[in-house]
This record gives sequence, structure tokens and C-alpha cells, in this order.
Amino acid sequence: MGYLLNAEGFDSTIRELSKKYRLYAPVLKKGEGRFLDTDVVRYDFVTEASQIELDAKSDYAFKEFLTPLSETLFYFTENQVREADLDPKPVIIFLRSCDIHAAKRMDQMYLANGSAKDPFYQRRRDLVHFALIGCDHSYPNCFCASMGSNVTQDGYLFSIERAGEGYQSDVKDDGLQELFAANAVSQKDVVPAHVSENDVKVTVPETIPLAEIIKNSLWDEYDSRCIACGRCNFACPTCTCFTMQDIYYTDNGKVGERRRVGASCMVDGYSTVAGGGQYRRKHGERMRFKALHKIYDFRKRFGYDMCVGCGRCDDICPEYISFSNIINKVNTAAGQILSAEKEAE
Amino acid sequence: MEFELNTNVRNQDININKIKKNAFRYSKVRGETASRIRIPGGVIDAASLGKVVEIAQKYGKGVIDITNRQGIEIPGIPMEDIDKVNQEVQSIIDALDINQEEKGAGYPSSGTRNVEACPGARLCPFGCYDTTDLARKMEKNIFPSDRHVKIAFTGCSNDCAKVRMADFGIIGMTEPQYDPQRCISCGQCVDYCARRSVSALKLVNFKVVRDETRCVGCGVCVHYCPTRAWTRSKEHYFRIVLMGRTGKKNPRLAEDFVRWADEESVLKMVKNVYAYIEEYIDPNAVEHKEHIGYMVDRTGFQELFKWIMKDVHLPEKAEVATSINWGGHHYDRTNDIK
Repeated sequence: MGYLLNAEGFDSTIRELSKKYRLYAPVLKKGEGRFLDTDVVRYDFVTEASQIELDAKSDYAFKEFLTPLSETLFYFTENQVREADLDPKPVIIFLRSCDIHAAKRMDQMYLANGSAKDPFYQRRRDLVHFALIGCDHSYPNCFCASMGSNVTQDGYLFSIERAGEGYQSDVKDDGLQELFAANAVSQKDVVPAHVSENDVKVTVPETIPLAEIIKNSLWDEYDSRCIACGRCNFACPTCTCFTMQDIYYTDNGKVGERRRVGASCMVDGYSTVAGGGQYRRKHGERMRFKALHKIYDFRKRFGYDMCVGCGRCDDICPEYISFSNIINKVNTAAGQILSAEKEAE
Repeated sequence: MEFELNTNVRNQDININKIKKNAFRYSKVRGETASRIRIPGGVIDAASLGKVVEIAQKYGKGVIDITNRQGIEIPGIPMEDIDKVNQEVQSIIDALDINQEEKGAGYPSSGTRNVEACPGARLCPFGCYDTTDLARKMEKNIFPSDRHVKIAFTGCSNDCAKVRMADFGIIGMTEPQYDPQRCISCGQCVDYCARRSVSALKLVNFKVVRDETRCVGCGVCVHYCPTRAWTRSKEHYFRIVLMGRTGKKNPRLAEDFVRWADEESVLKMVKNVYAYIEEYIDPNAVEHKEHIGYMVDRTGFQELFKWIMKDVHLPEKAEVATSINWGGHHYDRTNDIK
């Protein structure tokens, strides 16, 4: 069922929802950008409709609830281990279509990648429901249509987007119909807005001649252009890498905690092994590793591409490197290699 | 290029003191002057710059000097055209919002030098405040004044504006805010702080510890943090450095007076020192001009302190120097090369 809400109706819906759920949504953080008087949009818990940023694309992804940048998994003393507490209240994450597609990749990596499920991911994932934010236009650097993540037809409790002065919502969850009906101005069939085309278009090559692409000179420019800061990974809704840290409290070295923190294949230390060796020292090599994971390795294992085309990596790169352009460069190079091989035959 | 000597000079009776205070230069070419355009903060609108070009072509010799202190001088103007040039510069004075006593009469003084500013947060990724805006506020705060005072604003501790050469150097600071929950121990802040700043950060138990006494508030950590674990403080802070100078007798860099000061105190302190100057300027100073630092050399720092702190209410964070010893070479004592 779909509903039209005015601002007050949306406010009271959110207030009611926040009694039963924790609401995790994009929030405009004033002045928290990299430069003076610049803002950042990132996810945080909200209790009021006015706190939810429905207009801008978030700079950082929703994944920070599922895989926090820094999370204490458990505490340990001499002979005991105790799992860290987690608020058991269910969570509604407000996110766009590309991000719901990204959540599928997160689940794939943590819950359906081999036989073991990640229990610390699982316990968070079990709490999560989605609210779809409609996209009535494409944002700069978006290429969701090329990656097929522009449309989401199910998997959310309700959708929300602006409609004139108010809002409209497609409510899928039967348990929420009453709440929305009580706060709505009227009922209406609502299909969440989505974009069908972006300014940025990519073509992911169906066949990637791996050995040749790895050696291709297209990666070389990133040796000097990329500063290996890892922003592309931290902003990416599908990057799942983490590392472990055991901390021993300084006043008592027998007590401590184990943390899981975000990791980045672009940042120094990621491929460092015992003895100090590094598998990918050059930044171009790291770029290649990341790019091919997004459009080759993941597909080889699971049958679909990891990248969802949200374009956050391009939005956030301080060196103006475009990942979508890298995909297209790989496509061109792959095409050239394959046709040269064909000619040789 | 060569300037032709003005051979049309006749028996001119011109009050040179008056034209100097009206922002016209005493030139080595007899009968010629240069119109000095104040550009507080170094930012001028394109229309005003067009006007400068027009004046240079109509009254000058078609050339424009960019001054060391971000002002403009239009040389080669015959002294008899001063009144006309004053009419012409009115639109620039209006556009740059310069304090003026009489419309059409040009600039009312030129003693206090053009207030300088680096581009600051208007353009620069490292800027900790809007330097242009504060330079303009300072201009309104103190101009017109015939006292020889140099004030300069710079956006961060890089000090691209070289404010340590001025009587008052104002250096922007931010107090980095750390959210350990967003920190993934990548160590980039620690690394860049060491390589670009003062090594005030270290990793302890995989989280960053900031040495608050060493931190200069440059914001390099905020700039390089990939996750927004580091952000800027809502408050804009300033380091105030005092009494730097060039010159023949004792050139020296300005020394630290306050760190973690606020904008209101910056404006108030500079204003306060103008009263101190009136009290202590050498009555025999050549052309009534003297660097403030020489007055401080006579009165001692404590007397300056008394005047500069009048009605100033600094933020709780602020740290204030209780004594300052300036360095530099004393050419009035020795001219030896060691």
C-alpha cells in the first residue's frame, strides 16, 4: 500500500518508528568535512525526521552499522572471554537502491562465502531492516544503471521520498500499514522513484584476459596518482576487508579486548607479511587488485559483480581518480587484447 | 621600460605631508606621484581592478605596481591630477568598503599598512578560517590611522603570508576532534603529522594520542584522515604573534603571545595597541612613524601587556605569554659577519 504524507505526518511516523526501532540514516554533519566549513553526509542514529538527509548522496555508506569502522568483539581476562554487548533493538537502515544491492554483497561475503558464517556480522544483520530512499535523479558519478543496481522492488519495509511539499511511501510491511495509514494524508499507489540512466556509463567486460590485464600498462599511472589513502574502500558499500587488534589494558596486561577494524587494500600494510614483505608495493598494483576484485574475482566466485555503481569512490577520491573510468579502461584493454588474440589465430 | 622625466613641472606649491596621508607616494620623479590602492586581505573585485587599469591608462603611464603588501600603486600620475584621481578611486573605495571621512577625497590615511591575508579558507584546503573576511573586519576596526602598523593574517601554521614579519601576525588554528570509534589505525594522521607538521601524534593501543602541548592546530590530521575520525573544532582559534619587523636596526621575527585565542580578542587587542602607541610613540620619530616594537623595547613587555589586554576576555583554552624576549640581529650594536 502507498501513502502520501505531509511533513507532520512524516515527523510523527519517524517518532513512532523510533520507539520500536533504532533508525540508522544518512545525516548531514555540519563542518565535519575535510576542509573548513565543508560538511559530510554519513550514517548515524536518528530519532527525528528532520535529522534524515534525504536529498544528498551519503559520502560514507550504510555498512558502518553492519561492519563498524571499529568494533569490540569480545573482552578477555585470564581464563574468560565475554562477547561485547549489542543493543538488541531492531534497526531500520535508510538507504538507496544501490545500497540495498550492496547489502546483498555484504551478506554474500560474511554469510555465504564458504561454510562458516561470521557470527559477529550475523548478530548485527539479524537486527536489520531496510527503508528504501527513492532516487528521482542521478547524482554526480553514479553509474548504478550500468551495474544493474538502480531498481529495487522488494526487500524493504517501506520506501520514502519527497513528493511535492510532502513525502510518499510504498509500505511493504504489513505490520507498518496501520502506522502509515494513521499518519498519511491519503492513500496512493506509490512506485519508489529510480533512475534508469546515469551520465556516467560503464561497460564491464564479460571476459577479462587476466594474465594480460594484470601486466597491462593501464595501471601504471596510479603508481604516482594514487596516494593510497583508502578513502575509496572506506566509502565503498561493498568493501568488506577488516583486520584484528588485540588490546591489553595498560594498567593490567592480563585484561583486554579484541577489536575488528576496517581495512583497505589501498593502504600501506595491507599486504605486508611476516618478515616485512609486501605483495603489492606499488599503488597501481593495489588499484589493479581492488578493481579486479570488484569486476572480476567476485563474479568468478559468486556469479555477479561486486561493484554496485554508487560512485562514492569517485566522489571521495582526493586525487580525482575515477573508478568508473578504470572499469571502462579495463574494458577497452580487454577488447584490444581479445581481438589481437583472435587475429593471431 | 623607462619613465620620462616630467619636464612640465612648474612652480608647484604642494603640501607633501598632506598628499602622503592621502595615499599618494612621494616619487623620485619630481612632480609625479603614485596612487596607492588599499586592498584589505588582497581580494579585489574585477570591476575595481578594471578601474585601476583605467586610471593607470588615463592619468598614469599605463603600468601598475603590485606591492609587497597586496596593495596596488599606480605610478606616473602628475601631482596636479590628484583631485581627479581621488574622484576616480571613489568607486574602488566604495566597493572595498574602506572607512572614509569625505566622499571623493580619496583615502584618509596611509600610515597603517594594507592588511595582508593569504587566500585562507576561501580557497586553501588547509585554511583554518576566512582570512579575507577577518582582514576586512580588521580594516574597518582600525582604518584610518596614520600610525605605522603592519597586520597580517594567515590561514594556518604554514604561515604562507609570512605574518611573523608583521607587528601583529594572526595564524589560524583548529583544535582537532578525535572520534576513536571511527579510527581504523591506518596511521596516516601520525605519518603526515610527522612529515608535514610537528609529530604531535602517536598510536597507543591502535588509537591515536595527541600531544596537546605540542599540537600547533594546523589540521593536517583532519585533512588526511580517510574516515572522518578527525574533524575540525566548531570554534576557530588563533595564534597571535607580536612585533616582527624588517628594517635597519634590529630585524626580527614576531614571537608568540597567545595561542588558542578567539576572533573577538584578536580585533580588540590590535585596537588596544593603537592607544598604547599614542602614549609611547617617540615624539621625535621621523615623519611621526615608528615601529611599535621599538616602543616595546623602551617600555618593556609588561607595559604593553597592560594595554593590550584591556577588556580582553580570552577563551578558557587560551594560553598567554607572560614575558617575551625577541631575537634578531642588532645592527646598532654590531655589524660583524661571524
